[in-house]
Amino acid sequence: MLSDARARWQRYRVDNELLYLFLHSPVAIVSAMVASLAVAAALLAPVLSPFDPYDIGGIDLLDSLLPPAWQAMGDARFLIGTDDQGRDLYSAILYGLRLSLLVGVLSVAFASLLGVTLGLVAGWFGGWVDALVMRIADVQLALPAILTALLVDGIARGILPDETHEQLMLVVLTVAIGLSLWVDFARTARASTLVEKKKEYVQAAIIMGMHPLKILLRHVLPNILGPILVILTIDLAVAILLEATLSFLGVGVPPNQPSLGTLIEIGTGYLFSGEWWIVLFPALALVTLIVSVNVLGDFLRDVFDPRLR
Amino acid sequence: MSAPLLDVRGLTVNFTTRFGEFTAVQDIDLVVAAGSIHGLVGESGAGKSTIGAAVMGLLPGAGRIAEGTVRLVGEPLEALDDDAWHRLRGNRISMIFQDPQTSLNPLIRIGDQLIETIRQHGDVDETEARRRAIALLDETGIADAAARIDDYPHQFSGGMRQRVVIALALCTDPELIIADEPTTALDVAVQQQILDLLKRLVADRQIGVVLITHDIGVIVETSDRVTVLRHGQVIESGPTRQVLGQPQADYTRALMAAVPRMETRLARFRGILDDVSADLAGADARHGSSGHSFRVPGASAEHASDWLLGARKAATSPDTKAQIEARPGSDADPSTSPLLAIDEVSVTFGASRGGWFGIGQRDGVTALQGVTLSLMAGTTLGVVGESGSGKSTLAKVVTGLVDPSAGTLRFDGADLPPGSVRARDHASRRRIQLIFQDPYASLDSRFTVERILAEPVRHYGHAGDKADVRRLVASMLELVEMPQSALRKYPHQFSGGQRQRVAVARALLARPELLIADEPTSALDVSVQAQILNLLRDLQASFGLSMLFISHNLAVVRQIADTVAVLKGGELVEFAPNERFFTAAQAPYSRYLLSETPSLDGL
Repeated sequence: MLSDARARWQRYRVDNELLYLFLHSPVAIVSAMVASLAVAAALLAPVLSPFDPYDIGGIDLLDSLLPPAWQAMGDARFLIGTDDQGRDLYSAILYGLRLSLLVGVLSVAFASLLGVTLGLVAGWFGGWVDALVMRIADVQLALPAILTALLVDGIARGILPDETHEQLMLVVLTVAIGLSLWVDFARTARASTLVEKKKEYVQAAIIMGMHPLKILLRHVLPNILGPILVILTIDLAVAILLEATLSFLGVGVPPNQPSLGTLIEIGTGYLFSGEWWIVLFPALALVTLIVSVNVLGDFLRDVFDPRLR
Repeated sequence: MSAPLLDVRGLTVNFTTRFGEFTAVQDIDLVVAAGSIHGLVGESGAGKSTIGAAVMGLLPGAGRIAEGTVRLVGEPLEALDDDAWHRLRGNRISMIFQDPQTSLNPLIRIGDQLIETIRQHGDVDETEARRRAIALLDETGIADAAARIDDYPHQFSGGMRQRVVIALALCTDPELIIADEPTTALDVAVQQQILDLLKRLVADRQIGVVLITHDIGVIVETSDRVTVLRHGQVIESGPTRQVLGQPQADYTRALMAAVPRMETRLARFRGILDDVSADLAGADARHGSSGHSFRVPGASAEHASDWLLGARKAATSPDTKAQIEARPGSDADPSTSPLLAIDEVSVTFGASRGGWFGIGQRDGVTALQGVTLSLMAGTTLGVVGESGSGKSTLAKVVTGLVDPSAGTLRFDGADLPPGSVRARDHASRRRIQLIFQDPYASLDSRFTVERILAEPVRHYGHAGDKADVRRLVASMLELVEMPQSALRKYPHQFSGGQRQRVAVARALLARPELLIADEPTSALDVSVQAQILNLLRDLQASFGLSMLFISHNLAVVRQIADTVAVLKGGELVEFAPNERFFTAAQAPYSRYLLSETPSLDGL
């Protein structure tokens, strides 16, 4: 029974191209491990972190700006030191990772849903629909993400009461980042749809008189998933980075909620007065996460784009 | 006696893949004399191109010569280092590739490509190289070579471009040329000219040519000796006439039996290989599935056959009945009124009347012009023509993928509206089905065969519950001579011929009356082609299907069509019954096409 399962796994390992290439690419394995470690750390933040950075009562201002534990002034309770409000940096980074990943995943999900839908429709119907969608995409590309965020933020502030605004920051961030990323998805989906549309299996479905929506969802969409998946991974890194940038610039999450961006922003203020750890550790966490996700994205692109082999 | 030009002994080439070591060709002996053409013939996967690459030292990274020797005039080649290969390749051995579209750099004038190559291998100055380039173009039959030498590749037609490629191969005065499918991408008439040119060059310059092709007709017409390959091994070798005329090996005999001939029309191909089940067993072993033991309860070829015949007994289904009643002049004798009537149909692509003040007004490209054809129920109409003749456009007009710009279509006596206004639930969408040329692209690669086949059954509401659908789908697979175990597999697990069977099954599951086949066998090997043609013929005999069969291959049309229509540049040149067309074609263009098609007469 067990040997049977193992034999099947052995065969699958060779038969499945993606898995085979993955298992023969040390870089991809390492980055996948790092990325999943980051996801696990984010998910388990409440368990792993000694302090809750959201719990005001647990924070003592007397503990503020303590250096890492191995330094002369260090405190054993705070492994990599504390920030200006006396929060444990290690806990703050774990919770920050959680927030950054959440915003990243949500905004990429939003962007892909919007972009792929518009791309499929534009590619399939062509004509003025195509022209309209693609021109909107061009306009979107001309707007920097921060402008989009300010716009969404401004609109949200204008129509929503102040109290709800703090809680809605997450939604605002997601929408803003999603809006600045959907163009990639739309362009890729449109180009792939144009290619698939001419293929004979799609023509066969057209000849049968199948409803266009059915053809798009059943035949075209599954066949264009490869390139979409690549964009998905690469844009996840971009989204996390955008969230950090927006938070750094003060347009993102409020400073009392630790995201990697806000932590770095706080840290830069103290960089020249000697408290280097506040900026270094969150930045390291961010860079490691982004690099590993990017490497995974590149790996997927190499697998799905035969021209790059 | 001096050493032969090319002497290959016991050549074995191995490829290292992730599935393990794989032997592409095994123990090949090949001797090519100067001034002769040696044909390498075999079906896909036979290892023809691998031999060519091994001789050129161009094996891809994973491949290596495991055993054997390759000698050029006595000098061993397999031990050469990269530098030595660079000097030899292109100098003493040249290559002609299949596709003239991609073997020339589109951004560089052909003259510069020739001059560059000449100067690379010989110490000559620019003017001398240019003089030689012009002489070469002249020799390969480019008219007005001195003027055309400064043209870019796109300014030449396909055949002319292949002449340039040949000139390029000749410019270092090689002793040996490897020609890998040099005419496969060309129309028959152009193919004949290129082959004549090759033959002339071989005689004039006393070079040796290894001609790699899957086309038996080309081999018969050009090569002096031939080697028949299968699965990487030599089956038979010797003078062409002897090997192909009186084949000794079973495989060669089966291969020759599968080649469609123009002289006579056979009832069906006999004595051909039937390797569907053998291939599938092999694939099953590799994927470790249970193979033929998989069966759907109650599924059988008879079930599918009964189901198809049930529809045919009388036009009893409500939609056809309504049509018959609605049909004007339905009292016409059904035996004389055609199933499909194409009347004065024209198609123009890309024409626009222009916007403001006629800016952007274009005439467009005419793909079809005033074509009138008719197809009698239960017969096959073969449509032939060279590339760009509009044959595929004709299929698209009938299926509704392209709108005619003029003319009307009638199907079973009723008007067949143009595609863009044809309702999605129009009855013709079921009654007319299409089989495509490329069985790789015509099946959704993300679907299992079961899902692919169930789609038309569900779409047309042919069967009730899941079990019914499954039974019908499995039965239809049996009918097209595929094992039921195929249901659980994906298209990429099958060979081209098996995929084409699945495509035929999908078309049949719509219960069509008219089957349009657009080059259904041109992507297939000749023995598989014979099997598919037999299958189509059997289906037609059993179920009275009508067929519109589109092909560039006259010999295939000779075998399958009852009437033949010839298209040229979108216009109908001739429309005649099979026998009359192939024995006494009227139009000069038809006679030209017939004479240019390679035949097996020489045997």
